[in-house]
Amino acid sequence: MDKNSPIPPRDDNYSDTESAWAVDVRDAATRGMTQKASRKWWLAITLLSLMVLAGVYAWYYQLKHGMASAGYNDQAFWAVYIADVIAFIGVSYGGAVISAILRLTGQSWRAPLTRIAEGMALATVIVGAMFIFPHLGRPERFMNIVYYANWSSPLVWDFLAILTYTVATIIFFYIPLIPDLAIVNRHLGSANSPMRRKVYSALSLNWMGTKRQRRLLHSSLTLISLVIIPLAVSVHSVLSWAFALTSRPGWAETVFPPYFVIAALYSGTALVIVTAAAFRSGYKLQRFITQRHFVRIGYLMAALGLVYLYLTFADMATEGYTGITTGWITQTVTGRYAIPFWIYVLFGELIPIVVVAFKKFRNIKGLTFAAGGVVVALWIKRLVIVLPPATQPLIGSFWGSYHFTWVSITITLAGVAAVPLILMVMFRLIPILSIEEMEEAGPIGSIEQISDKTEKYQDKLLAGGRNLEQVKTKTPSSGLQMSGVDPIGLASAPTISVNPTVNPGGFSINPGEIR
Amino acid sequence: MSTSYNNETNSTSSERRDRKYRSFSLSPKANDEPSCGALACGADDSESCGISIPNGEVSRRNLLKLIGKGAAATVAAGVGVELLTYRAYAQSGSTTNPNGLGTNGNMTPGMAAAMADPAAPPDHQWAMVIDLRNCDGCGSCTAACQKAHYLTPDQTWIKVFAMTNNDGQTYHMPRPCMQCEDPPCLHVCPVEATFRTDQGVVLVNQDRCIGCRMCMAACPYEARYFNWTGDVQYPTTPIPPTPQAPIPQKLGTVGKCTFCVGNLNNGLLSECASGCPMGAIYNADLKTDVAVNGLGNTVKLSTFLYDNDAVTFYPEQDTHPRVWYIVGHGQNLETNSTSA
Repeated sequence: MDKNSPIPPRDDNYSDTESAWAVDVRDAATRGMTQKASRKWWLAITLLSLMVLAGVYAWYYQLKHGMASAGYNDQAFWAVYIADVIAFIGVSYGGAVISAILRLTGQSWRAPLTRIAEGMALATVIVGAMFIFPHLGRPERFMNIVYYANWSSPLVWDFLAILTYTVATIIFFYIPLIPDLAIVNRHLGSANSPMRRKVYSALSLNWMGTKRQRRLLHSSLTLISLVIIPLAVSVHSVLSWAFALTSRPGWAETVFPPYFVIAALYSGTALVIVTAAAFRSGYKLQRFITQRHFVRIGYLMAALGLVYLYLTFADMATEGYTGITTGWITQTVTGRYAIPFWIYVLFGELIPIVVVAFKKFRNIKGLTFAAGGVVVALWIKRLVIVLPPATQPLIGSFWGSYHFTWVSITITLAGVAAVPLILMVMFRLIPILSIEEMEEAGPIGSIEQISDKTEKYQDKLLAGGRNLEQVKTKTPSSGLQMSGVDPIGLASAPTISVNPTVNPGGFSINPGEIR
Repeated sequence: MSTSYNNETNSTSSERRDRKYRSFSLSPKANDEPSCGALACGADDSESCGISIPNGEVSRRNLLKLIGKGAAATVAAGVGVELLTYRAYAQSGSTTNPNGLGTNGNMTPGMAAAMADPAAPPDHQWAMVIDLRNCDGCGSCTAACQKAHYLTPDQTWIKVFAMTNNDGQTYHMPRPCMQCEDPPCLHVCPVEATFRTDQGVVLVNQDRCIGCRMCMAACPYEARYFNWTGDVQYPTTPIPPTPQAPIPQKLGTVGKCTFCVGNLNNGLLSECASGCPMGAIYNADLKTDVAVNGLGNTVKLSTFLYDNDAVTFYPEQDTHPRVWYIVGHGQNLETNSTSA
């Protein structure tokens, strides 16, 4: 797949000639599967499970006492749950971006992030789809959508699109797992339980790593990457048409489909940053996921944020200028929805742009803070998209209002808790790194370890045509990544690959990859 | 009603907004009206519209343009045409009326079809006329409706809005379900729980509704009400609920005005019409061309509509409502309301 890969193509019995890099990757990827869970892990799991259970109880209460208990009324008929659906399915698009788009464009630096991104996409799309049920007044009749489908309804198409996208996300998550599970079985050996071994060998479809298998894997991955991008675009477009196909001012907007797609991409990349930061420290992946990863995705996030700001402006400015149907704009900018709207502007646009723009803040901490703000702010933005047009009066001028209740808050928090819960359990069961992809990409992590400061030298030097190896020895580097010593004492695996003598090929700089 | 008054959005911007989304289109403004000839149906339009009348075609597009406009155009032209010519004209299939006016007045396609062939089944096509000149905003219609259907105070299947006209005068406007001939709520329902009977009444099957509330988003008249709570005390009744008489209503489903179609088919008036002490609400039948109010006044529907410049609500939404409003007393519905 990656023709520019620094390591030569392996022969069929590659598994017997594991490079040091491969050993490192395998150790790091399976650490969560073999180590005994810490007390912190159990504490987090318990807390998150309690939050989810509380949400289930709140849903039961809502079913029994009616949706008024969640703050709904006739002039606020759509509110927090549909915002949750859009927000959660939206962030799952982030997985598709990092994996599919970067895969198709041959960005091999993506390799350490793909599994986390795809797992995040899977968890969020499942949780997002689940939010449809509290949104319905009669969830037990949900299958009526299948039995009595009215094809002129946007909601039927929503259902189809979400279902298809969920299936595609599962496939997209599963295919890269096929070689990994076989590798895990081999790598863990006796450390593996017989049960797990059996399941993994069944799921890995007899993966031997032959050339033919690898070719098949690559072509199917390329195919599903090609499929999932338009699929995700369609999901968010169709979701937006549930709003845009009504005659309500503020919803009946032509800009809505791209508006929703960009919001999904934007919040999705932000959640990739947050998830990667969390698991990077939790699973001691500092060697593989470096600041350069965060900075690159941060650039992507900032670019998407600017596009989203532009679309928000385009949406409001055109209607606001002509003066037709401006009630919802007035309420959003200066009225009852002003506080959440300006929170979005601050945390969803200004802070991330400042953080990415200034080198001082453009580090893992800053970017994670900014990305966390974006995720929350974009959820708030979805509420601001849903509520003003829903509560506006179509006759008269009495505005409806939506009030949060403990039911809606608990159910929403349950969804928030479910995502890390699913991910934490998931990465006890499957490798957290995409082993096959990382081995194929080679020790790109080593390149990534070069700090920003070094990169500036590199750019200069590359422009001057000088040998990079000199740069590496001359320029200062972070002690953690280049010293070969793990100061935190976290990485159990020896940090062999940072020693240039082991895999010199890994340090040959491909200018296309640096930029 | 449990609603409080709120005037904070009473701004010029909301008035401007109203121009597009909130207007009755039929205020008689002579200088706004295009020339009558321009309103004649074009041959190219008639193909795409699909609404046909025996022996000829009336463009749906032009009908739409003319809903709420035609009568005013006629007045503007200074030609008094009996609305009965509506009928003769629809029956003849001509696209221009005998006086050379290319107008169908405020007829809807369904009305034109019903009047063109009164003998065709079904026997009735229910409609409603609300004479705003007689409405004093007492709310008796709402009370009668809520009592008969066991609704919560929030569920105002017919709701009386207090509106203010250009001169700052208040008038009242009851708003039932418009029973649109082209109902947006029906199109967006994912499970076809909303359906339209052959008598032109839009009903909800509460045994199928999944409670997604897409119909509430789609309805331009805010005429749909959800069953948010299960608090309502219903009488014990041996009769199971039907879409025509959804009593008791089901928690977690949507409900709306049923036109009291059971009453109508049994020769009774709807609850709101019989409950209106001013006789402002008329139950009407397009087939027999008759409208009756709670005071026992019986009028010929087509003449009544025509003579009083009846209009439909938000005609630009292309929903073809079966509820007509008669405005008067200087009510200019081009601008809208301040409070509800």
